[in-house]
Amino acid sequence: MSTVKNEREPLFSAKNIRLMTTPLNKENPITKQVLGICSALAVTVKVEPAIVMAISVMAVLAVGNLVISLLRNTIPNRIRIIVQLVVIAALVILVDQVLKAYSYDVSKQLSVFVGLIITNCIIMGRFEAFAMGNKPWPSFLDGLGNAAGYGWILIAVAVARELFGSGTIMGMTIIPEGFYGFGYVNNGLMILPPMALIVVAVIIWIQRARNKDMVEEN
Amino acid sequence: MNKNSNTYIFIYASLMVVIVAVVLTMANLTLKPLQQKNVKNEKMTEILSSIGIEANAENAEQLFNQYIREEIVITASGEVVGVYRDGALAEGTERAFDIDLKKELNKQIKTGDGHFPMYIADNNGERLIIIPLLGKGLWAKIWGNIALKSDLNTIYGANFGHESETPGLGAEISEPKKEGKKVFSDQYDGKQIFDAEGNFQSIICVKGGVANQSKVAPEHGVDAISGGTLTSNGVTDMINDCLVNYVEYIKKNK
Repeated sequence: MSTVKNEREPLFSAKNIRLMTTPLNKENPITKQVLGICSALAVTVKVEPAIVMAISVMAVLAVGNLVISLLRNTIPNRIRIIVQLVVIAALVILVDQVLKAYSYDVSKQLSVFVGLIITNCIIMGRFEAFAMGNKPWPSFLDGLGNAAGYGWILIAVAVARELFGSGTIMGMTIIPEGFYGFGYVNNGLMILPPMALIVVAVIIWIQRARNKDMVEEN
Repeated sequence: MNKNSNTYIFIYASLMVVIVAVVLTMANLTLKPLQQKNVKNEKMTEILSSIGIEANAENAEQLFNQYIREEIVITASGEVVGVYRDGALAEGTERAFDIDLKKELNKQIKTGDGHFPMYIADNNGERLIIIPLLGKGLWAKIWGNIALKSDLNTIYGANFGHESETPGLGAEISEPKKEGKKVFSDQYDGKQIFDAEGNFQSIICVKGGVANQSKVAPEHGVDAISGGTLTSNGVTDMINDCLVNYVEYIKKNK
């Protein structure tokens, strides 16, 4: 028994890789677990804030998972949610401060949403479901994977909304001026929150149509 | 040690809070100078943008010093109570740039002794007066700057900013100026804040378009944003409430 325990798992074993890749598709936090919808709605009007939000969540989730996992054997069970919240809040404030200092324009756009990372259900969810019961390295990878899964959906939605809502991507005009001459207009509904849900729903639809095992039986 | 004993929990929680507090304080202290510089640069960029000078975070301070000749503090009765020139206070005790407009506007409403900032710019020999604005939009605060030509009546340029107006609708007020495209703030160029008799008229955002009504004269009105009526009303109120404090000064110095 002891030999099995002492045998070190390679850093990128198949199991660890899987931790990173399943959240991208089959266990995606947004499309499968339907977590983090609130921010998916709020910061996807333009691509740039979506990217920054994705990176911020990734930093908070990966580091947070690591910290919680390191502390997991010391955290008193009765106040574990509080400890998790303190870790998230501290990390989020750090991210906010760094953005304000080094990327002021973006921090203005994200303004309140950076603070809202604290309430992002994905983070609490991963702390509670994974980091509390797993070693630091797999937890770190799990954090990266889930944040990436969240991030790519966010960016995909933002690309669709910015392209059809404002005719630009990352602020660069994509739809040629000539189109407008033929009566093409930007879709105003695209920049309003409901369209984020519809775009997410379309992604979920495509995803389930291609992965039959994701479809619930009922 | 028993992880569920009260002592353990208390010690754990206290230690955790102290460590987090120390880390966050350190981060705040080290990053503060950078953050304050960002805020200052942004304010300078916005002031410059109202006279059509495009600045960015790198050259804001240099361009500001180059174009803004004087900063003046006035009262609503038109007295000059502070002048800041060539990097030093020439009169009074406060620098216009450091004035908290929100506080002064509140003071003006309550006691009537608000102090208002004003910037005098020199744009290739043309003397321009820049007046900062602050008001309420639909969701949160909106702000802006209006530059007047040397006749203290005709608007040279204006720009607006907002905290969280609806993207695509109210948020259009802060659409950055672009070559070959008319944005909301471009409409203010050439408008007049006084009528022919010299009465203060402000600039009004007209729902449905200035051309389609007869209540507001074309030189005192701009087209409101369709779908952004409440934000547009906020802009109208902001311009009126802020400029009204400068009317006495302008009348004295015309």
